[in-house]
Amino acid sequence: MVTSVTSLGRNGLSDWLVQRVSAYLLAVYAIGLMAYLLCNPGLEYAAWYALMTSVPMQIINTLVVFSIAAHAWVGLWTVTTDYLNGPQLGRSATGVRLGVQALLVLLILVYVLWGLVMIWGGA
Amino acid sequence: MKVSIYRYNPETDREPYMQDYEVDIAGKDLMVLDVLALIKDRDSSLTYRRSCREGVCGSDGMNINGKNGLACITPLSEVAPGVLEGKKPLVVRPLPGLPVIRDLAVDMTMFYNQYEKVKPYLINETPAPAIERLQTPEDRAKIDGLYECILCACCSTSCPSFWWNPEKFLGPAALLQSYRFLADSRDQATTERLGHLDDPFSLFRCRGIMNCVSVCPKGLNPTRAIGHIRSMLLERAV
Ligand code: SF4
Ligand code: SF4
Ligand code: FES
Repeated sequence: MVTSVTSLGRNGLSDWLVQRVSAYLLAVYAIGLMAYLLCNPGLEYAAWYALMTSVPMQIINTLVVFSIAAHAWVGLWTVTTDYLNGPQLGRSATGVRLGVQALLVLLILVYVLWGLVMIWGGA
Repeated sequence: MKVSIYRYNPETDREPYMQDYEVDIAGKDLMVLDVLALIKDRDSSLTYRRSCREGVCGSDGMNINGKNGLACITPLSEVAPGVLEGKKPLVVRPLPGLPVIRDLAVDMTMFYNQYEKVKPYLINETPAPAIERLQTPEDRAKIDGLYECILCACCSTSCPSFWWNPEKFLGPAALLQSYRFLADSRDQATTERLGHLDDPFSLFRCRGIMNCVSVCPKGLNPTRAIGHIRSMLLERAV
């Protein structure tokens, strides 16, 4: 049993599940949006604005923002624990890893807040 | 034919180097281990492990032209096109990712430590029957493709996840053995076994790269075993 306080759910199964579920959600969203754009050539700003400010779309967009954040964190956390660790960096590894992880968390939080402001603030 | 071998003796060499040998194989499709033996006849300082020389003991796992395998059951014709014909050199290195003791012999401690962690033995607290614990043929069939592992370490040392976290990620060999006992109808420790596997590293560091499957000299499939364990963990949790 290996413990890790920096992983999202501190449990491999929940991290794995979060990553899979968020991936499906993002894939469906991307395909859906693509289909919408293809079916609506010559889309006007007003129509796009109306779509994005409708409550169902606001809710979907919020879910998407959280999915991206969770997906990114699980993935980047994995990358940092693979490549910023003892075998690669020696003694300074823990410090470097924690620093990079903190930076990534901060960045992700900023993106989430910014995303939420965009989704809900404009209405 | 030309043979290039990784040499390192920590007592005399400052760093590892590749040594080239010219070997006369008389056009025969020898096993890589036979070629090493021909070289050792001339240069007794060359160090490698071997015992059964027929793919049973698992002691001569090494990296042959970039792919892990057992030297004793890898014929030159299967190493890479052109090697048997002498157009390309045979390149032999130790298993990647483990500390080198000397030449082709690596220190397997990290590999065995992970094996030990999965408690690779039957756990059953009920009193032992007079003769043996019986199993139906169907239950017995469930451990086919699992019990055959000879612990050669070809799989774990070809797994990038094991290279980066050899002390946290159990690696394909240990996980295959873990499932071997999870799948055994006579074993009663399923819950405890699963309880030790659901952290972010032990099992979940497997990214499904499947290097393990492509190198296993016994044709076993650790990735599938890992998938089965993951399903068991999921079923237990939801
Ligand atoms: S499938 Fe998993 S265990 Fe096998 S080599 Fe890939 S990461 Fe390693
Ligand atoms: S699973 Fe295959 S490659 Fe891995 S240790 Fe066992 S026999 Fe060797
Ligand atoms: S010498 Fe025993 S497996 Fe090759």
